[in-house]
Amino acid sequence: MPLVYCGACSHAPGITGRAERADTQTRQALETAFRRMGDEMRATRPDALVVIAAEHFANFFMNNMPAFAIGMADSYEGPIEDEAFLRIRRTTVPGNKALSRRLIETVMQTVDVAYAEEWKFDHGISVPLHFLTPDYDLPIVPANINCQGPPLAPLARAWAFGEALRRAVDAVPERIALIGTGGLSHWPATPDSGKINHEWDREFLRRWSANDREALLSYTDAEIYREAGQGGFEIRTFIAAAAAAGGATGRIDFCEPVPIFAVSCTLGSFELPPAQQNTPSS
Amino acid sequence: MSLYQVQKLIYQLNRDPRTRQRYADERDAVLGDYDLTQEEIGALAKPDIGLLYVLGVNGQLLMHFAALHRIEWTDYLERMRQGLKEYGPVREGVYAATGYEGVEAHDARLKAERETR
Ligand SMILES: [Fe+2]
Repeated sequence: MPLVYCGACSHAPGITGRAERADTQTRQALETAFRRMGDEMRATRPDALVVIAAEHFANFFMNNMPAFAIGMADSYEGPIEDEAFLRIRRTTVPGNKALSRRLIETVMQTVDVAYAEEWKFDHGISVPLHFLTPDYDLPIVPANINCQGPPLAPLARAWAFGEALRRAVDAVPERIALIGTGGLSHWPATPDSGKINHEWDREFLRRWSANDREALLSYTDAEIYREAGQGGFEIRTFIAAAAAAGGATGRIDFCEPVPIFAVSCTLGSFELPPAQQNTPSS
Repeated sequence: MSLYQVQKLIYQLNRDPRTRQRYADERDAVLGDYDLTQEEIGALAKPDIGLLYVLGVNGQLLMHFAALHRIEWTDYLERMRQGLKEYGPVREGVYAATGYEGVEAHDARLKAERETR
C-alpha cells in the first residue's frame, strides 16, 4: 500500500524537559501544532508508523556504529533518559517484528541496513511520540541514521535510505505512515545550547518543502558544522523523509526558534497524492 | 588519550540500569573496567563536568551523566563554561564551543522582534 503519511518534526529534549521555561504562547502553539500533526497522521489510518530518528547513543556506539539501522521487535522500551530530566514516563511501545522484517528485506535491496532486535528509545523518538501518539497505540518501526559519531554517511546515502524505505513501504499491504525527526541548526548540550541559525533553518526548509533533491544534497558536513553546528548533522532525517515522499512537495506547519529548547521547533508534512491517502485498506 | 573509554562508560551508565546500580554501589570497580587515565578517573569520580566537556565527551552523553548526578540544566551549562575557563578549549570531538549570546539575551532579542512584527 502506498505511503499514507510523510512528515518531519523536532525532537529536542527541552520541549518536554524544560517546557515551562519557554515563552508560554510559543510553547502552547508548538504543542497544539504537534497534536494537530498527530491527528492528521492518525486520520490516514496507518497500521504502523516508521520513525526515522537520529538517536543519541541509546543503542549504538562507536564500538559498532551502523550508518543505518531498523528495529525488528514486537516492542520497544523508552525513553532511556531519567524521567525527571525528560518528564516522559518510561513505557513499552508496540512494534511489529514481522512487518519490520519485510520492510528491512526490501530496504536491503539497495541499502545495507543493520537490523536490531533490541532497541531502546531516547528523546529522539520518545518526544515526538509523546505528542503524536500519546496513547502509544500505534506500532512503531524505528529507523536510525547515525548523526552523532562521525564519520557519518553522506547526505546522498540518507536520501537513498529514504527512497529505499519508500519502496519497502509501498511493497507491503499495510498502511504505513512515516516521519523523520531531528533538529536543524543547533549546538545541543554545549555551552552554546540555545544558539540557533534561524536563517539557515528557513533556507533548509525552503529546499525541503520544494523537495529539491539537488539543493538538499548540496550541503557539505564542513558547512553544516560551521553554520548549523554538530546538531545540524541531524538534517539527514529530514532529507530521508523528503526522499520517502517521492517527489511530493511539503508544507511547514510550525517553525519557531525556541532558545531554551535549543532548536527552531519545526513541524512539516508532505502533500502526498490524495488518492494515496484515501485508498481504503483491503 | 582514552576519550573513547570515557564515553563508553557514560554510554553504559546512561542506557543500562544495572551499570548504574553497580556504579552507585562500587564505583571504583566500575571505573577499573575501563582503560582510563588518572585525569579521566578524577573527572568522572568528582564529577568534573567542565573537564569532561573539555576532554571532548559528546554532549549527548555528558548531559545525561550530569542528570544522573542531579545536576540541573542551567548548572550543567555553567559547569561547562567554567571548564573552558579552567582547562582551555575542547580538545577532541565535535562538541566544541563556538560562542553564543546566551538564552536570556537571545530570548529578549526574539521577543523584541515579535513585537515589531
Ligand atoms: Fe537530536
